[in-house]
Amino acid sequence: MKTSNTPAISFDRVGLSIANRQIIDGISFDITKGEFVCVVGPSGCGKTTLLRMVIGLALADKGEVRRFGKPVSGPERDVAVVFQDYGRALLPWRTASGNVALALEAGGMPKAERADEIASLLERVGLKGHGDKYPAQLSGRMQQRVQIARCLAQKPGILLMDEPFGALDAMTRQSLQDEISAIVAGTGTTVMFVTHDIDEAIYLGDRVVQLDANPGRVAEIIDVNLDRPRNQLSSREAPEFLRLRHVLFEHMERSAHP
Amino acid sequence: MNAWQYRGWLLPFILLGVAEFGIRTSGIESHGIALPSDIAKALTEVIASGEVFVRTWETIAAILLGLGIGGTIGAILGIFLGLSRSASRIASLAIELFRPIPPVAIIPIALLIYGFGVRMEAAIIAFTCFWPMLLLTHAAVDAVDKQLIEVSRILQLSHIKRVVSIVIPAILPRVLTALRLTIGIAFIVAITTEIAVNPFGLGHAMMLSQMELRPPFMYAYVVWLAVLGWVINAGLLLLQQRIFGAMGIEVHR
Repeated sequence: MKTSNTPAISFDRVGLSIANRQIIDGISFDITKGEFVCVVGPSGCGKTTLLRMVIGLALADKGEVRRFGKPVSGPERDVAVVFQDYGRALLPWRTASGNVALALEAGGMPKAERADEIASLLERVGLKGHGDKYPAQLSGRMQQRVQIARCLAQKPGILLMDEPFGALDAMTRQSLQDEISAIVAGTGTTVMFVTHDIDEAIYLGDRVVQLDANPGRVAEIIDVNLDRPRNQLSSREAPEFLRLRHVLFEHMERSAHP
Repeated sequence: MNAWQYRGWLLPFILLGVAEFGIRTSGIESHGIALPSDIAKALTEVIASGEVFVRTWETIAAILLGLGIGGTIGAILGIFLGLSRSASRIASLAIELFRPIPPVAIIPIALLIYGFGVRMEAAIIAFTCFWPMLLLTHAAVDAVDKQLIEVSRILQLSHIKRVVSIVIPAILPRVLTALRLTIGIAFIVAITTEIAVNPFGLGHAMMLSQMELRPPFMYAYVVWLAVLGWVINAGLLLLQQRIFGAMGIEVHR
């Protein structure tokens, strides 16, 4: 089944209701291997639930979610997740290195090989020399980088990010946006990035899926034709960026105040 | 060094001074009270003779044994019940039935089985320590952040690895706090058992002083107990802060 055109992630007429309330209604779209897709929408549109369905922590009651052509039945080590709340996703009693090591231990890597791997992962996310610090001793952006390093340690085919920079200040957000783009560029990792920030979605994505709320459904899927690597100034000032921003923003306004 | 930081000691010393002065000037003769200075003398005497250390070790040994057995079983069961909802449901009725039994009600049973000595006392303490450790450990597992459990699922950790690497470290701060509480209760039950039946430990030493009509010694043991309790609690608190302080994990006092 695993042919080269099988999408990495497929949502096939996915629906979910909880307590008689329709949360998600008939969502269908595919994410190609190696693609960076941002899912954007207002709160209550079910974007986080969609992401949890890809992990296998939430199950659709209608339709099907597939990873590489296979229906999702539960978490797999090939799927890594960066949570928004880094403070709750890291083990406070383990150092930065120890947190990264957890993913390697889970993968069964022999202890002797771990140290080198951890050092190179921490270096990749710009945390060289901070391996011995506990999360509480690191700033928010550094903690989020530890979480990213732990995800990379899984060598994931699919990287899911749930508003990963939502709790950080604007400057930090921008630099982490560039870092994550650089980190996944050329690795062939498929990324599904959930955010409520339209600018962030366009800046990072190859495509942007816009959702409507109550119940969550696909409003718009747009291609982002901006050169990579992107630049915080020139990409955001490009006519194409502004055009897409206009389209998405207008739709959001329309659906918020019909 | 600032003298002001020792201001907490002021009140106890004033009270002792008032007691000393009051008893001396009023000329009360009683077997129920003793001069603070006599109590201090009695305390130095039992310390010098080593008597107090022998009795303390007896009591501590019973507590360690009881806590070691009852507390450990309670904690392990607490983790298990915290992890398995169905086990927790099955066990809940039994727990609610047995838990209200006052530990001192076990004294006659333990006496019958073990006779006098460290074993019967340890058995009562084990029964006492089992419950708070069970319930507090169970609650600690319930309080583990769900996100951490999800992380362990996403990383596909085995069940054993999940317990060892996530659950146990996550509950450790609360379990140590539970241990501090439980030791306090164990102390109460140990001394009660020794005063009531067991010719053993500090409680019995107090009873002997009372029967010999030597109130200064009786009070000396009370003072010793207070110091002992304070030292143990402070020591455990320090240990907790040492372990978790560097990680920025808050320690409940």
